[in-house]
Amino acid sequence: MEGYGRSSMKERRREVLASLEKLGYDVYRTIESGEFPYVSMPSRSTRNILYDPKLRQYVLGGQTVKRTARNIRHLRPLTQLIWVATIAHQLCSQGKTSTLRDVFYMAQAFEVDFVDQYESDDIITDLETVVGLPREDFNIYPEERSSIFGDLTIEYTVPGYEGRRINLLSHPDGFVIGPTLSTAEFVECGAERVIVIEKGAMFTRLVEEKAYEKFKAILIHTAGQPPRASRKLIRRLNRELDLPVYIFVDGDPWGMHIAMVIISGSANAAHITDLTTPDARWAGVYASDITRYKLPSDPLTEIDVKRLYELKNDPRYRSGIWSKEIDVFLQHRRKAEQEAFSRYGLSYIVDVYLKERMEELG
Amino acid sequence: MSGQEFREISPSEFFYRHREIVGFTNPARATYTSIREFVENSLDAAEAIGVPPDIHVTLMRDEGFEFEVYRLRVEDNGSGIPGEYIPYAFGRILYGSKHTLKQMRGIFGLGGKMAILYGQITTNRPVHIVSSTGGRDVYEYRLLIDVEKNSPIIVEERIHRNGNPKWRGTVVEVFLEGDYQRSSSKIIEYFKETAMANPYAELSFIDPYGVLHLFRRSTTKLPPASREVKPHPHGVDVETLRRIINSTDCKTLKELLVKSFHRVGETIADRFLKTYSLDPYRDPASLTPGEIVDLAYALKNFEEFLPPDPSCLSPLGEELLLEGVRKELNPEFAVAIQRKPSAYSGYPFIVEVALAYGGGTPQTGRITLYRFANKIPLLYDESSDVSWKVVNQVIDWRHYKIDPTRDPVAVIVHICSTRIPYRTLGKEFIADRPEIEAEITRAVRIVARRLADYLSHKRRVEKAREYFSVYERYLRKIACFSSMLTGMDEPDIDKLLRRVKRWKGMEEAL
Ligand SMILES: Nc1ncnc2c1ncn2[C@@H]1O[C@H](COP(=O)(O)OP(=O)(O)OP(=O)(O)O)[C@@H](O)[C@H]1O
Ligand SMILES: [Mg+2]
Repeated sequence: MEGYGRSSMKERRREVLASLEKLGYDVYRTIESGEFPYVSMPSRSTRNILYDPKLRQYVLGGQTVKRTARNIRHLRPLTQLIWVATIAHQLCSQGKTSTLRDVFYMAQAFEVDFVDQYESDDIITDLETVVGLPREDFNIYPEERSSIFGDLTIEYTVPGYEGRRINLLSHPDGFVIGPTLSTAEFVECGAERVIVIEKGAMFTRLVEEKAYEKFKAILIHTAGQPPRASRKLIRRLNRELDLPVYIFVDGDPWGMHIAMVIISGSANAAHITDLTTPDARWAGVYASDITRYKLPSDPLTEIDVKRLYELKNDPRYRSGIWSKEIDVFLQHRRKAEQEAFSRYGLSYIVDVYLKERMEELG
Repeated sequence: MSGQEFREISPSEFFYRHREIVGFTNPARATYTSIREFVENSLDAAEAIGVPPDIHVTLMRDEGFEFEVYRLRVEDNGSGIPGEYIPYAFGRILYGSKHTLKQMRGIFGLGGKMAILYGQITTNRPVHIVSSTGGRDVYEYRLLIDVEKNSPIIVEERIHRNGNPKWRGTVVEVFLEGDYQRSSSKIIEYFKETAMANPYAELSFIDPYGVLHLFRRSTTKLPPASREVKPHPHGVDVETLRRIINSTDCKTLKELLVKSFHRVGETIADRFLKTYSLDPYRDPASLTPGEIVDLAYALKNFEEFLPPDPSCLSPLGEELLLEGVRKELNPEFAVAIQRKPSAYSGYPFIVEVALAYGGGTPQTGRITLYRFANKIPLLYDESSDVSWKVVNQVIDWRHYKIDPTRDPVAVIVHICSTRIPYRTLGKEFIADRPEIEAEITRAVRIVARRLADYLSHKRRVEKAREYFSVYERYLRKIACFSSMLTGMDEPDIDKLLRRVKRWKGMEEAL
């Protein structure tokens, strides 16, 4: 079992700094010996993204790419990559964090300007691929934040807050899963499971309906496709505290895929391996729930249908409940939101639906 | 026929009535044309004796009139005029020393007098001339032109002792109704272009505001002087032939051909006479008017005459033309070429073309054209000129990767000939004789190709520089970041940069 134990956090930081410095030394020595500096990394082209059935997630294959200062077209991205490494090193050694957007703007002061944030995000992903660590380890986070609520006591490790503890039941709007929470250690846990919810309104509803008590659950709100920090947290809750994870999303291909990404990762994070929670369970809304619970529903749009066919081609959707539900979607051509249960009153979702579903899934 | 009166008018009267055809259309144009005629006489006068011209022009407002009158004074260091010729040179139209087959700026014996006449009819003031050939005396005249009789009226005549050192040159001063405001840009342009085609001339112009415009010479080298030649048989018309026969001492036709014509030797003369079954021993004086017409026709059409010899021409030469273009335009790149001599209807001509690019070359949204004929700039009616046609219609600039609308390119065309085919007496634009057009086209193609070569070399160099600077910039940054990452001193990138410099195509370009 891996974890962010007190000592492991520090060690992890030393490791991160060391791998960034190694990159620097390699470049330094190559230049000194009169050779063109370069970096090699696994290719992230679609042809090199493979599904690993054992890991149950996408991984990068054996192809590598080399970015060398010899090639004029590589010069700029290589410079940017080494710059990002420098920034990451600064952030980590000073214990500061920054957002992807910050990094984009910081570049201007160093005259390594990015055309847009897509480009800087991409270079950051390159750095992840080169050193094999997620950007959160370099203290770089995306803007969007998800939140958490439940009976879990944590202890901060960030400078200025080390040792402080807090119980995550203490604020009913939930706690933002930001850099400090992501690096906190778990101290005590009264919950027995984790329920992940796609939408903010439903998260609030579950807090109000005391789902955390009724199910002894930690509630996590992803706000759409979950940021990596929340995926990592879900994984830790599952691995370190042994809590089963249930994912409750909209009944459409997009919701389905949010669940899948939490369970087995996304293709564009194929270079990062510890973000997934393979044992998590998709808990609905299923396509079959629409008829089973007579839910108010909408017809699938063309884009929905196209997305369903795309998912059908993904090896992870080829078996079990995934392939079965895709077929039901395509058959009835209807979708339903999480809120659809409100037609049976505010508590129906917790007292009936989720209760039944949890029992079914065991 | 009744009511019709037959009367001969004098040349003065003719040109007085038709002064617009020689460029005296209105006060503004007259101001420009007057300056031009006097300056050209001065240039001719200096070149005729092989000295680099020094010409000083002053145009001053004269307040003694109710309308806009200027006093124009032009002073030169040229040959000067022998005293006895001065009244006629400045007082009789069509009187001049340049009715010869030798390249000079003046041709008609008209220009200076038209300016004088214009001044006289607008202000009723005599022209004032001071001139010396550098001898013992300096002559001073005040003249009016008797328009009806076409002869000078001497208002005042004085002879002075020349000083020591002896002064040589001519000063001409006239009063004229003018308009400087409307003519100033053309006048300044005229000086600038004259300086371009005559880099060995020192020109100064003090304008009515008292501003001095100075065009310094950049060389004292003159183009080779031209020699006078006999007429070429291809260029002879009936009238000229009649005059030659009337004034000759030759006793036989063959002797006449060999002695009076340019490039006709014994062999060619024999062959010509045989071809047209003419008796070589015939006395020219015995030819009937009908026979003279036939002979003129035969001379024009006999193809075996050698082409005219260009020694009667005085082209600038590539070096001087380039000098002038560099001096006045200060371009980034300039090239000049001289074509070999050619001839049209028995008149030899030489085309010289220069091209300027970038630097001070004006950017006008099209190719800027500077036209010159016998070293005279041509400033009016550009689009009727043969050079305009070549530059704007014949040449496809895209072929040379030149964009006339964006690239700062100037083309300078100089035609010299004993007889420039002007379309009008105003000497402003040149008719498109096919021989001349062909030579201009060839010359422009050559200079355009040179520019294309220069530009492609320049682009290669720029690209190589840019390429190199990208390496320099990014390698420096990489070195800097690697030092930030490791805390070591910045690694030395010179070795790498030297490697980049040695790459293919980089070494020669950098
Ligand atoms: N500044 C001068 N110095 C010496 N001689 C001059 C000067 N100005 C005029 N002349 C003489 O006066 C003559 C008449 O000049 P004018 O300008 O009237 O005619 P042109 O120059 O012969 O011909 P064009 O009509 O083409 O100008 C010239 O041929 C020349 O011999
Ligand atoms: Mg003249």
